[in-house]
Amino acid sequence: MSDTRPAWRSRLTGWDTIIAVLTVLVLIIASFSVENFGTSRNFTFMVLDLLPIILIALPMTMIIVTGEIDLSVASTLGLTSSMMGWLWNQGLSIETIIPLCVVIGAICGVVNGFLITGLGLPSLAVTIGTLALYRGLAFVVLGDGAVADFPWNYTGWVTGTIGDGAVPNVLILIVALAVIFGIVQHATPFGRSLYAIGANAQAAHFSGIRVARTKFWLYVVSGAVAGLVGVLWTLRYSSARADNGAGLELAVVAAVLLGGVSIFGGKGSLPGVLAGVVLLTALQNALRLEDVSGQALNIVTGSLLVLSVLLPNITTAVRGNWHRRKLRQAAAR
Amino acid sequence: MAEANARPENRPAQNSQIKNDPTTDHSPGPATNETTQDKAAPPTREKAAQDSAAPDKQAAQEQQDNVAQEKAAPPAPDETTKPASTRPTQATTGTAKRDNKNHEPARLEVRNVSKSFGAVAAVQGVSFPLHPGEAHALVGENGAGKSTIVKMLAGVHRPDTGTLRVDGSDVDFSGPADAKAAGIAVIYQEPTLFPDLSVAENIAMGNQPLTRLRQIDRKQMHANAERLFRRLGVPLDPTRPARGLSIADQQLVEIAKALSAEARVLIMDEPTAALSAVEVERLFAVVRSLRDEGAAIMFISHRFEEITALCQRVTIMRDGRHVATEMVADLSVDDMIRRMVGRDLSALFPKQEVEPGEVVLEVEGLSREGVFRDISFSVRAGEIVALAGLVGAGRSEVMQAVFGVDPYDSGTVKVHGRRLKRNEPRAAMAAGMALVPEDRRQQGLVMDLSIERNVTLPRARKLARLGLLFGGTEREAAETWTRRLQTKLGRLSDAVGTLSGGNQQKVVLAKWLATGPKLLIVDEPTRGIDVGTKAEVHRLMSSLAADGLAVVMVSSELPEVLGMADRIIVLREGRVTAELTRGEATEESVMYAAMGQEVAV
Repeated sequence: MSDTRPAWRSRLTGWDTIIAVLTVLVLIIASFSVENFGTSRNFTFMVLDLLPIILIALPMTMIIVTGEIDLSVASTLGLTSSMMGWLWNQGLSIETIIPLCVVIGAICGVVNGFLITGLGLPSLAVTIGTLALYRGLAFVVLGDGAVADFPWNYTGWVTGTIGDGAVPNVLILIVALAVIFGIVQHATPFGRSLYAIGANAQAAHFSGIRVARTKFWLYVVSGAVAGLVGVLWTLRYSSARADNGAGLELAVVAAVLLGGVSIFGGKGSLPGVLAGVVLLTALQNALRLEDVSGQALNIVTGSLLVLSVLLPNITTAVRGNWHRRKLRQAAAR
Repeated sequence: MAEANARPENRPAQNSQIKNDPTTDHSPGPATNETTQDKAAPPTREKAAQDSAAPDKQAAQEQQDNVAQEKAAPPAPDETTKPASTRPTQATTGTAKRDNKNHEPARLEVRNVSKSFGAVAAVQGVSFPLHPGEAHALVGENGAGKSTIVKMLAGVHRPDTGTLRVDGSDVDFSGPADAKAAGIAVIYQEPTLFPDLSVAENIAMGNQPLTRLRQIDRKQMHANAERLFRRLGVPLDPTRPARGLSIADQQLVEIAKALSAEARVLIMDEPTAALSAVEVERLFAVVRSLRDEGAAIMFISHRFEEITALCQRVTIMRDGRHVATEMVADLSVDDMIRRMVGRDLSALFPKQEVEPGEVVLEVEGLSREGVFRDISFSVRAGEIVALAGLVGAGRSEVMQAVFGVDPYDSGTVKVHGRRLKRNEPRAAMAAGMALVPEDRRQQGLVMDLSIERNVTLPRARKLARLGLLFGGTEREAAETWTRRLQTKLGRLSDAVGTLSGGNQQKVVLAKWLATGPKLLIVDEPTRGIDVGTKAEVHRLMSSLAADGLAVVMVSSELPEVLGMADRIIVLREGRVTAELTRGEATEESVMYAAMGQEVAV
């Protein structure tokens, strides 16, 4: 965030800003027109809905900035949820299980990272593969059943609010992690290197940046965060199931792209992504309050994903066309 | 490129490919070409191959005669001087054309053509004709403008001024399709076939024969391809996919494609660079027969033995200008080299005399399979050492391995006596090494990032306080160096891609000088930048060396090498062929070593 003021000015017309404004508009319109949207109870629910998407979106933003992708996050979440249930049934204490689940998520990330950076396979193909693989393992571990008898003080903390007010406990976690990821991405040498890798991996390599190692660690972090979210998800619904979080990767990628991160890498900011997540969740929440079915909600997610990729392209195409026409006119003269 | 070429060095100019050992990598099965066979293969095979080439048997026989004659008559026999009687059965058109070619208009004429890219004048006022039935060589150093000429003839670039004439009338190519329609076919060093289509489909691409139902007539397509291959005398299977063909065979497919489009001008841009000697001779046999059938051929090569073996006329270029167009028979190899390089060192190189200090870099026995072998040299503080050689000689690859961005198989790299970890640019940087790479756009800069981010990229860790980077420190660091190098820029936060080439190069230099290196490697430091900036870069390098920096410069520009370097190491095909001091080095001695010729007295 070291841009000079003129850069800030150009950012005002940038995608980040458009999304932020759009998000605020949706929030305002929804609180006036949708019944119960503005209530503190709904706010708590919204934050809880936000939680998995926003946490997974933090490392996902970094991965997409480097020009890669991780589609296996939701399955990693499912696998850790299953493992959590299984380990609980084995009689381990919850204090042991939670860190263990984060490690399991990290191991899933290690596998992804090795296949992608060690063997040089394309991340899209690898993580589609592990998407199926980790979900399959989750069903092997727990089958169709569910484990539900987690200690109430843990499940209660996840769904609870600070001092019985409107601010959910998990918001602390979200803010803390978002601040940490934001600083790492925007104000550290590591964060700088992500943009260089995404924009031109060869030039990054020639500048002494360890491209493969950087990407590897991003996948490990992504896995660990997905593991943590697996734990939170299980505690929130007080239910360890193999199909927990199925399809969540779509919402995460949609939110990240909606937040202005280029799918080709090298561009995007975390504040934009946070706005994208809020926009997506608020929209879904409002529609759900209006009794729109879950299937229809998928239509919204999908359309936003397509739009978020399409709109910036359309603006560039229009600008390019205009530029070409001007050139042609100049040539004709 | 270098690895594909199994040819021994320093052969006498003439006939090297003809005498060559048949065991050198001869990939495409039973060899085909009559001329090669009569030297290379056992007699039985020769016979079989000739029988298979029945329709052209007689022409083939003549080819053999021709080559035999050439072989018997060094130095540099010009084919046109041969008595017509050696070709009694030559297709009459070919002979006729050859005999009176001076009376008819040139097939293709380049007239006073100029082309600039930005501030760089790539080609200035070049004229030469291509006659039917004649092979015409285009020679010059790297960057002399040969490729620009080729691209103009191919319709890729449009000349700024001057005209191209085909069969005596002016033409204006607005794209490659126009050039193709005018009968001009270009064969590049790396052929551009569709790997998953069959050979016949590649040949017919864009020009497929159709059945009455507007379907592609595959039978006809294969028959056409087969007919072309028979005419060329090469036994390629038209139904096989192009994938997996050797580069030599791919070039033959390209030639067949050119023939099927009825090309009458064949332009070959360094077609032999990646071929083995046997493949070269087979290609030449094909080209000779096309030439004798009346095609006009332009041939670009750095190998003089090939030029004397194939071409009648040669055009020499230097620094984008036309030096001479003469009959090959009238020039010796020495003459050609002298004219390629013979220019006055008008550009001033402000080299300061510096007493070299201690050894900074020691490279010993560095090898990388198929790229370079057994490279050893050292560089002292205050010294500028140049790595000279032709494009593809392995100079950049050596320095990239030294810096650690590329791997190497064996050997050692020591900086101040301490051995460096291989393939680890960070170790090289920590030891005080900096590399300004050859390809500014792909390797030197991240075009989408801002100028300040680019400048601080290699040392972001050092600028960080408590692991955090603050905009102010970054901008300050970037500003110091861009100002010292007098970079013309708007804002430091602008994308570096918005700068001109010369200023981009200054940003790359700033980026690495800001790391405070002890050893600076610059690869083509002045490529594609204007004269003024060039002089600034030279002055900078000189003053840095005077301050005790060790400098390694890879350059394809001889005046730059001679003007700046204390010592010159010449590479050819991945090996060191000469190490010359400033006193010993002349344009000729460097070129000789770079081209693998004996050093003439």
